[in-house]
Amino acid sequence: MQTLVAYVENKPGVLNRVSSLARRLAINIDSLTVGPTENEAVARMTIVAHTDERGAHRLEASLEKLVDVLLAENISTRALLERDLALIKVSADQQNRPHLMELIKVFRARVVDVAPESLIIEVSGTVDKIDGLLEVLRPFGVLEMARTGRISMTRGGDLLQPPTVPAESPEAVEAKSK
Amino acid sequence: MKLTGAEILCESLTRLGVRDLFGYPGGAILPVYDALGKSKLHHVLVRHEQGATHMADGYARASGGVGVAMATSGPGATNMVTGIATAMLDSSPVVCITGQVSSKVLGSDAFQEIDITGITMPITKHNVVVTKAEDIARTIREAFLIASSGRPGPVLVDITKDAQQASAEFNWEASAPKLPPKRIRNNHDQAEFDRAVEMLNTAKRPIILAGHGIMVSGAMRAFERFVRAGNYPVAMTLLGIGCFPANEPLNLGMMGMHGEAWVNNAIQEADLLIAVGMRFDDRVTGDLRTYAKSARKIHIEIDRAEINKNVKVDAALVGDAREVLERLTPHIETRDHGVWIRHITELKGDSAVRDIQSLPDSGHLYAAHVINDLWKETRGEAIIVTDVGQHQMWEAQYYHHNQPRTLITSGGLGTMGFALPAAIGAKFAKPDSEVWVVVGDGGFQMTMSELATIVQEKINIKIAIINNGFLGMVRQWQEFFYDKRYVATPLVAPDFAALANAFGIRGERITKRAEVLPTIRSARESAETVLIDFRVEQEDSVYPMVAAGASLSDMIRRPNNPLVETATEP
Repeated sequence: MQTLVAYVENKPGVLNRVSSLARRLAINIDSLTVGPTENEAVARMTIVAHTDERGAHRLEASLEKLVDVLLAENISTRALLERDLALIKVSADQQNRPHLMELIKVFRARVVDVAPESLIIEVSGTVDKIDGLLEVLRPFGVLEMARTGRISMTRGGDLLQPPTVPAESPEAVEAKSK
Repeated sequence: MKLTGAEILCESLTRLGVRDLFGYPGGAILPVYDALGKSKLHHVLVRHEQGATHMADGYARASGGVGVAMATSGPGATNMVTGIATAMLDSSPVVCITGQVSSKVLGSDAFQEIDITGITMPITKHNVVVTKAEDIARTIREAFLIASSGRPGPVLVDITKDAQQASAEFNWEASAPKLPPKRIRNNHDQAEFDRAVEMLNTAKRPIILAGHGIMVSGAMRAFERFVRAGNYPVAMTLLGIGCFPANEPLNLGMMGMHGEAWVNNAIQEADLLIAVGMRFDDRVTGDLRTYAKSARKIHIEIDRAEINKNVKVDAALVGDAREVLERLTPHIETRDHGVWIRHITELKGDSAVRDIQSLPDSGHLYAAHVINDLWKETRGEAIIVTDVGQHQMWEAQYYHHNQPRTLITSGGLGTMGFALPAAIGAKFAKPDSEVWVVVGDGGFQMTMSELATIVQEKINIKIAIINNGFLGMVRQWQEFFYDKRYVATPLVAPDFAALANAFGIRGERITKRAEVLPTIRSARESAETVLIDFRVEQEDSVYPMVAAGASLSDMIRRPNNPLVETATEP
């Protein structure tokens, strides 16, 4: 599993280009999240892909060839902070509810919706942690689940920021290409 | 100044230096055609939109500039797909302009509406829909910039009819390209560069693998200096042919599936591969597990995505071929490769004797004769545009190109039907050059309708059909790998000479070797297009050959006497 971060132009069709590229390279995407950045013209993607280092290099380099991709980087080997968020609707009756609350506390999850027959649990953390909670919730009956997929960020001073200045002014490149 | 979107498009193309463009009108692009009529642009009416894209491609490859193709929405646009893919696989800078239904009805399955940007997403370098007249000038400038910079490729601009009709302020200066800010990458670090230099200076058996990127980069002189500085033997990919003169003793010729055995053996025995502007295509490497096992590898390549894709390399110098070569050359200290070069010469062994050119004339006509005579007669100076198949490989083997951009052929996609339209495009790019089409009887029948385009445009190109009555390369595979079961390869064709006459083109038919030279000579003397139907041996095969997926060391050599082994009574 390889993790890539990409900064892309925040406009229609870019997600399609990115996912279409992975498909063309026969790389299966495990999760892909997109969200805005502090610059509204730029969106940030975290792509988790079923591939090896060589496949990740090809995906990274091919992504950067897309006009709308400002930067793509394989961060798999760097010190990472990773988060996934899940909403899990689990069946809960009077009897097992206390037991459920115990587990939720252990996993530092929280209950965000309570109904007579069910609870919705919100949990965030690493993929492993959420998978762990899911494992223990399964016997109660998981009715529904929504997960965001992973977002990742390199730790500390290891910054990954979108470029703001063009590598070379388009006019200069245009003149050179004539 | 207020102009319509259509007028802005024509004005922008003119300012970008476009003289000729290739296209086919239709409802959704009509406003542009109306404006074309009032502009100084020369529009070439094709007979099928695939032809327009191949012409733009041929134009781009012959000139080194951008070729432009135009079509209407729907079927006009989808007919371009093969040509766009051809340009993509061979990194050719082509800009395709398609009409689209009005933005108000986009997505409603209107008449002749099709999602052409969706369809062409994986086969273009970039594509874009324009729905506003004021965006046209900037978008077209961006399209030209993207198509021609870095590793070139096709760009498609889909313009809605209302954007063509609407009026907008035209201001060229204010519509400069505004592409997203890209990260500046360090192409390679000094350590990588130093490692490459160390490899160059310690190699005993180096060989250069020269590709299309040398031409694209305009690196021919830098490459020549590099080759001379290190005294390196040069093997070429199909698209690399022409980047280094064929008459240079250091030029070994084409490598790969139909390369000469000594070239492939030299690669297999080398201790250093210097790959320049090539991508280790499977037609070049054969089985990767057995490919150049004893060689270290340097890869000079502008596209990072090509590094370690097929072949793991020891030093990757990412960048423009000319810039990298110019940086490397001053560091070359070792050039004493005499022993190695003599060894390669010995590898040639009896190949020259087995070659069909060295065998006595038996009265049979072989494709190799035709190509070789064409080379001799044109002194290797013509622009040759080939199709795909046996004749393409024979051309690569027997026509010796000394100049860049004189062989135009569909390499990566292997598109049959490419030759005739691409040659028309090449002729518009180089009107003073002699342009020859070398094409099989199969491929010619795919796009022969463009003969009418030749007549309408009154251009002068020469067409050599290598007619063996088969889809020859497929037949060859059936002979070698399917026990001679010739399924769907015997091919009926019209009388090509009579067909040419019907178009108003002079046609000739040749069946004997002795007639080849005089006919080529007389065709060259004509100021008009001439088509020559060369009826060659039906079951001749291209040798040598590495079977698909086999090791490069495992070549099927030429038969000892192909004339006896393959000839039928004339």
